[in-house]
Amino acid sequence: MIEVRRLVKNFGLKVVLRGLEFHAEPGEFVALLGPNGAGKTTFLRILASLSRPTLGEVRLAGFQLPSQAAAVRRILGVVSHQPLLYGDLTAEENLRFYGRMYGVSRLESRIADVLEMVGLSARRRDLVRHFSRGMQQRLAIGRAILHDPEIMLFDEPHTGLDQEAAAMLDGVLREVAAKGRTVVMTSHDLARASELATRIDILSKGVIARTVTRQELDPAALPALYRAVTHG
Amino acid sequence: MEAMPRGLKALSWITGALFGVALYMVFFYAPREAVMGEVQRVFYFHVAAGWVGALAFLVTAVAGVLYLARGNRRWDIVAQASVEIGVVFTLINIVSGSIWARPIWNTWWTWDPRLVTATVMELIYIAYLMLRQGLEDPGRRARFGAVYGILGFLSVPLTFLSIRIFRTIHPVVVGNSDPTAQGAFDMTPRMLQAFMFSLMTFTFLYATALWHRVRLGRLAEKVDQLKMKVMAG
Amino acid sequence: MAEAFSRPDRAPVAHRGARGYLRAVSAIVWKDLAAEMRSRELLGAMLVFALVVILIFNFALELDIRTRETITSGVLWVTFTFAGTLGLSRSMAIEKDRGCLDGLLLAPVDRSALYFGKALGNLVFMLIVEAIVLPVYSVLYNVNLLQPGLLLVIALGSIGYVTVGTLLASMAVQARTRDVLLPILLFPVIIPVLVAAVKASNGFLQGLEMAEIWPWLNLLIGYDVIFAAVALMVFDYVVEE
Repeated sequence: MIEVRRLVKNFGLKVVLRGLEFHAEPGEFVALLGPNGAGKTTFLRILASLSRPTLGEVRLAGFQLPSQAAAVRRILGVVSHQPLLYGDLTAEENLRFYGRMYGVSRLESRIADVLEMVGLSARRRDLVRHFSRGMQQRLAIGRAILHDPEIMLFDEPHTGLDQEAAAMLDGVLREVAAKGRTVVMTSHDLARASELATRIDILSKGVIARTVTRQELDPAALPALYRAVTHG
Repeated sequence: MEAMPRGLKALSWITGALFGVALYMVFFYAPREAVMGEVQRVFYFHVAAGWVGALAFLVTAVAGVLYLARGNRRWDIVAQASVEIGVVFTLINIVSGSIWARPIWNTWWTWDPRLVTATVMELIYIAYLMLRQGLEDPGRRARFGAVYGILGFLSVPLTFLSIRIFRTIHPVVVGNSDPTAQGAFDMTPRMLQAFMFSLMTFTFLYATALWHRVRLGRLAEKVDQLKMKVMAG
Repeated sequence: MAEAFSRPDRAPVAHRGARGYLRAVSAIVWKDLAAEMRSRELLGAMLVFALVVILIFNFALELDIRTRETITSGVLWVTFTFAGTLGLSRSMAIEKDRGCLDGLLLAPVDRSALYFGKALGNLVFMLIVEAIVLPVYSVLYNVNLLQPGLLLVIALGSIGYVTVGTLLASMAVQARTRDVLLPILLFPVIIPVLVAAVKASNGFLQGLEMAEIWPWLNLLIGYDVIFAAVALMVFDYVVEE
C-alpha cells in the first residue's frame, strides 16, 4: 500500500531524511516513534503530498508522488496536530465544506454518519471556536474520513488531550482502523502506540532504525528498546 | 578555497581599463554642450546606469523563470546577485538624474515617466530584498523571489506606459529634433561615441560585478555545507 | 485494488473534472463569506478604515467644491487601496493560522482552484466595501458617484488589485514580517492599476470624451488579463513545499 525507497529530504542545506525505507501493507497500523527533530512530521508531510521528496521513490496505493499527487489525495485522510478547521463555522459547515472540496456524494447523510461516529452529533450546530481541543480533534478525524480514504495519516493526534479525551480518541482510532484502512501514526506516547498499532517503527537520525511487529513486541520492553535505538 | 578564475581576473582588469577610458571620453573627449554646460556630462553615466538597472531586472526575471522551471539553485544565486547590483545602479540613475535636473529645470525632482518608473523599479528591488529577508527556508526564499521578480518585471513596462500617457518634461535625447523641448539636445558624433562607450563600459561593469557576486554566493553556500558537515560530526 | 472499491460502506466520490473544479471554487468563496457573516470582523475593519480615511481627507484637504471634484477619484482609490490590504491580509491569515492551508492543499483539486476561490472571495469583499463607501461619499460630498462608467472602472480596478494582491498575500503571510510586507510588495506593482483607475474614474466624473478614457480602460483590461494569467501559472510554486 505504501512503498518508500531511499527517501531523502533537504531543507536548503539541512538534511532531515537520509535514504529512508518504509513499507506498509493494506490494513496495517504502523506507529512511528522517534525523538523531536528526527523527521517524523517531515516524513508524514511527504506521504501526505504536502512536501516534495528531494530524492527517492514514494508510492501510495500504486500512485507515485509527486507526479500523481491528485490521485493520492483522493484516497488519503490526514489528521495533523493542528485541527485544520474553521473556527467561525459550525461543525457541520466545516464538514460540508470539505465534503464539497472532495466531491463526496450524498453529502448530508454522510455528514450525519460521520458526526455520529465521532460522537459530535449533538454539537453539530455549534461553532468550532467553542469546541474543546478534544472535540476539535474528533471533528478533525471526522473531516479526514469524510471521503472514506483508504490510507490515513495521523501526526501526534493525542497532543494536548486530557486522559478522557485521549481515551475517546483511541476509541475512534480503533473504529477507523477496523475498517481495513492502512494507518500511519506518529506519536510520543509509547504505551498508546503499542496498544493501538500492529507494528512499531522507530525513526532516528533520518532513517527507520528499527521495526518490531506486535507479535514480537513486549510492551514493557518498549521504553528500553526505544532508548537504545535513539541513543545508539 | 577556490582561486579566482582567470576569466574573471581578466574581465576585472578589462573593465577597469574601460572605465578609465570612459572617464577620459566623458570629461575630455566629448565637447561641452552648448545650452546646459558641463553638467550635461552627467547624462552619459545617468543613462548607462539606467540601462544596467533595466538589464539587471531582466536578468532577475529570466533567472527566476529558469529557477522555477529547473530547480537549480545556481539560478537563484544569479537572480539575487542581479537584484543587489540593480539596486545600486538604479539608485545611481535616480540620483544622477536629480543632479542633472537641478541646474536645468531648477528642481530636484521631475514627475516624468522615466524618472518615476526608475523609482518604482527601485522600490520593487527593495521589496524583493525585504521579501527574501523575511523568509527562513532557502527553498521558499528562492521560489518566492523568482515569483516576485517575474511579477515586478512585468509590471514595470505597464507602469511606464501609464505615466507616459501624461505629458513629459524629460528630454527626448534620441530621435526628437525639436530644439524647443526643454532640456533636449542633439548629439554630435563625438558625444554619440562617448555615449555608446559609456553604455558598453557600464555593461561590462555589470557583468563583472555579477560574476563576482555569483562567485561570492556559491562560496558562501560551500561554507554552509562545510559547516553542516562539521556539525553533523 | 479491486476489493477496496467494493467495500460496502465506501462513500462514492462524485464526478471530477470541470464540475469538481467549479464546486471547489464556489465552496471556498462560500466558506469565506459564511465565516465572515458570522464574525463580521473583516468587513467591519475595512469599512471603518475606509470611512475614517475619507473623513481625514476632508479635514486635511479643506477644499472648495470645484477642487474637490477633481480629486475625488484619487481619494477614492487611495482609500480602496489601503482598505484592500486589510482584506487581503486577513483572508490569507485565516488559512495560515489554524493550518487550514494544509487542509486546502490536501483536497484533490487543481491548485488554481484554490487561487480562484480565494481571489474571488477577496474580490467580493472589496466590492462590498466599495458598494458602501460610494453612496456614503456621494452623500457627504454631494457628488453623484453611482454612474455606470465609474462602476465599470471600479470593477476593473478591483479585479486587477485582487488578482495580484491574493498572490502576494499568499507569499507575505508565510514570512516573518507578514504585516508590513504585503503593502511593500503590493503597491509598487499595482501602480499601473492605480494610475489608470484614477484617470479613468476622473474621466467619467468630469464627463470627458470616451476617446480620452479608452486608453486607460485598455490599460486596466490588459493588466487584469496579463496578471491573471501569470498568477495562475505561478500560484503552484507559492503554495507547494
